[in-house]
Amino acid sequence: MGLDPPLCRGMVSAMRGSFWGLVWVALACAPPVTRGDPATPTTPALPWESQPAVVPEVESPLTAFVGGTLMTGLGSEIVDGVLLFQDGRIEALGPRQVVSIPPGARVVDVGGRYVTPGLIDAHSHMGVYPLPEVAAHADGNEATRPVTANVRAADGFWPQDPALSHALAAGVTSVLVLPGSANLIGGQGVSLKLLPGRSVADMKFPGAPLTLKMACGENPKRVYGERHTAPSTRMGNVAGYREAFQSALEYGAKFSEWQAKHQSWQKKASAGGKEEAEPAPSMPTRDFGLETLLGALQGRVLVQIHCYRADEMLGMLALAQDFGLKVRVFHHAVEAYKIRDVLAARGVGVATWADWWGFKLEAYDTVRENLALLTESGVRAVLHSDSPALVQRLNQEAAKSLSAGRRAGIMLDRHVALAWITSNAAWALGVDNQTGSLEPGKMADLVVWSGDPLSVYSHVDSVYVDGQHVYERALGGGRPSDFELGQGLELRVGAPATRSPTEVKP
Amino acid sequence: MKRREALFGLGAHTAALALPGLLLPSQARAEGGARAWLGATIWTGDGQVIEDGLLISVGDRISVVSKAGPVPGGAEVIDARGAIITPGWVATETALGLIEVELEATTVDARPRRGLDAIRAAFSAADGYNQLSTLIGVARREGVTSAVSSPEGGLVSGTSAWVDLVERFPEPALVRENVALHASLLETAENSRPGLLSELRDALESARLYARSPQSYDQGQTRELSLSVLDLQRLSQVLGGALPLVVRVARGVDILRLFKLAESYQLRLILSGAEEGWSVANQIAAARVPVILDPMRNLPMSFASLQARRDNAVILGAAGVPLIFSGFDAYSAHNLRQLAGNAVASGLSRAAATRALAFEAARAFGQGADYGLLAAGRVANLCIWNGDPFELGTWAIEVVIRGRSASTRSRQTELFERYRDLGQVPRGRAGLPPSVRER
Repeated sequence: MGLDPPLCRGMVSAMRGSFWGLVWVALACAPPVTRGDPATPTTPALPWESQPAVVPEVESPLTAFVGGTLMTGLGSEIVDGVLLFQDGRIEALGPRQVVSIPPGARVVDVGGRYVTPGLIDAHSHMGVYPLPEVAAHADGNEATRPVTANVRAADGFWPQDPALSHALAAGVTSVLVLPGSANLIGGQGVSLKLLPGRSVADMKFPGAPLTLKMACGENPKRVYGERHTAPSTRMGNVAGYREAFQSALEYGAKFSEWQAKHQSWQKKASAGGKEEAEPAPSMPTRDFGLETLLGALQGRVLVQIHCYRADEMLGMLALAQDFGLKVRVFHHAVEAYKIRDVLAARGVGVATWADWWGFKLEAYDTVRENLALLTESGVRAVLHSDSPALVQRLNQEAAKSLSAGRRAGIMLDRHVALAWITSNAAWALGVDNQTGSLEPGKMADLVVWSGDPLSVYSHVDSVYVDGQHVYERALGGGRPSDFELGQGLELRVGAPATRSPTEVKP
Repeated sequence: MKRREALFGLGAHTAALALPGLLLPSQARAEGGARAWLGATIWTGDGQVIEDGLLISVGDRISVVSKAGPVPGGAEVIDARGAIITPGWVATETALGLIEVELEATTVDARPRRGLDAIRAAFSAADGYNQLSTLIGVARREGVTSAVSSPEGGLVSGTSAWVDLVERFPEPALVRENVALHASLLETAENSRPGLLSELRDALESARLYARSPQSYDQGQTRELSLSVLDLQRLSQVLGGALPLVVRVARGVDILRLFKLAESYQLRLILSGAEEGWSVANQIAAARVPVILDPMRNLPMSFASLQARRDNAVILGAAGVPLIFSGFDAYSAHNLRQLAGNAVASGLSRAAATRALAFEAARAFGQGADYGLLAAGRVANLCIWNGDPFELGTWAIEVVIRGRSASTRSRQTELFERYRDLGQVPRGRAGLPPSVRER
């Protein structure tokens, strides 16, 4: 009578508070015990243990991009290439002489143009701070307590944010939407594909790991300090993280204990075969916030920390070491260049801007060479937006960072700049095995550019997500959100069309 | 590109070459000495381009801008082949020099800290401008050589000052104070559009009454006016258009309403923001009003800018409206050239985009005789680029302010250099590197 764990999870939450219900669920959720093998009872599953997510199949026509420069996002390019994709996945790519175009393929002439992986923004508040910026739209900070690990960006996400279609029109195909930085622990982020949908569920990146947003420094201490509650100092900030993770450890221990008790109960029950078996030990009450934090401690939930200053990042790494926490990426991290040796050694990524600085004291020590220095030292570097305006120009911001490095003598290859907004960003979300590069087997998240993507003059001509053709500049741009309809004047997403439709029938 | 890097990568301004038919440079780049850039493509600033040009500065002024020709004896000759020379950019609607760390109130001089009256006409940016602000070096490094340093906040924010981004202190940075009065009709939590407009009308009416006879006012023979005498004096200067009034406004319909007000008081308007300006482009053109805008603003950020679109500048430009580009943020003043590049990508002519970075600002703020154009007699504020300045992969080889080579270093450069080699960074008991120990 074992049920699959995701269903169990739903049941547990539905039956919370009912002792017998919990027992029933615990029994039902226990994997089936093989009859006749009483010596090895199976451990009951913990509520957060689930099957690996299955990425559903999608259908898309067999398509061939022919003739363009394919920039793979992994440091290389193929000039005059062919890229084949079907049913949402890249099938093959290579020089024109090497990859033959199968009969029946839809052929798109990309000659003279560039193809890149879909861009990825590793730090977005689209949907949780949607446009227009009004009070009713402020759904990104549950700033009522400094630790709200129990909230999820997905639950505040509005799929009609007008910014979404603009980002898609700028070649962005995946985003990590995070809660804001008012709280020490802001809650779960959500990785999305920028496919239009009626709810966040339609947009979720299939198989993406959970993420946790945390914040250091000025924001939490300002928000709560102004209310004369903790934290009001950086000391209070760190005390808050420590308390939270200690609670999570204890929560995990409670469940391990229950698991052990349950195991021995099961052993007894199956050995004795008594009619009046004693009731199974009841599962501890679930706490979804602690569960998320425990997930972070166990490495299941990727930790994304908003942190500007070098000394604070080192402090967070020390705390992480104390608790066995793995930091995935420091966000904003304008001083990351000061500690790039440590970040490289610890395998911690950095997501930052090209040139944002100075608006608060912890952002005072920005250098324009930050991304270049990090890359040179082997840190996984990501260029993020944190802004509905900037997400439309990730390519330009990457070009600026590349240029800043070169001006200072750090002569990085141009492909590095593309990696900042594709493959490295995919790694930040934990989806680099799925997207972020042009490789056979990867999702067909693709952008066709009118020219070199690092040029200010280049436009996004076409965007494909999961092999589906979702944006074409020549056809008048993208799909406005419901909000934008009927506002009285013509609205357009994207640049004015200057070229004819590009599809060529074979 | 490679060729240019080879030519200019190491500070080409020091490489004076002996060219046939030319006199060699004098030994000194003496202050006030003549400097001649030879062979560059010169974007004069009004949209003209001179290939293989010659630009000579003497002292703080430009003396020659022409096709390449003979250079007078004694001038330092700079081989600028492959480079592009433009006027230094002008940042407008920026708190540059008035703001250091935005969230630290004590470092912000762009607005009063207490007593937030809506009308602060007498508030003057010149009183707060700090030429040693670390923001200035960051902007100068990207070719910004002048700014209209502007107050912000309130209904009437105060007056702006025209400054050169000089690096030396106490060389005066201020060129002219009170170049324009700044106001905002953007929706706020405190007041609605009719509320703002009636308050502005009342202020202008008071100023008119005051201006009719300051003497009667001084003798107490005027009805009581709620504004201070300094506010009244300053406001009275915008009546009739002696002093331009810069107004932040977003909606098309609000722009038309503002024009009505401007007509009654004969204001000389400069629109700022104007996210929906495109929808009334012909009316703005007919009123001969320049517009300060960010051509990258294409999102419905508020209900006042639901119709924002990325070709706003293109449509306004096509209607003949003089455009001035601004990022409206002191920390991103360095990105002016990126704004121009994006405007060109959206369809604006390169000439109009170039004018939007200096020429039109100089004209709108009354400095057209001295700034914004590379021409004989103008102030020698210019920038020499290693390629197309609107592109993202180019940079300034040299920035010249008042005829002198200005530093392209900033506080950020020093931080970069300090951390270039982490082996030289102290780490407590783990060890001090030699360079620190020796001090």
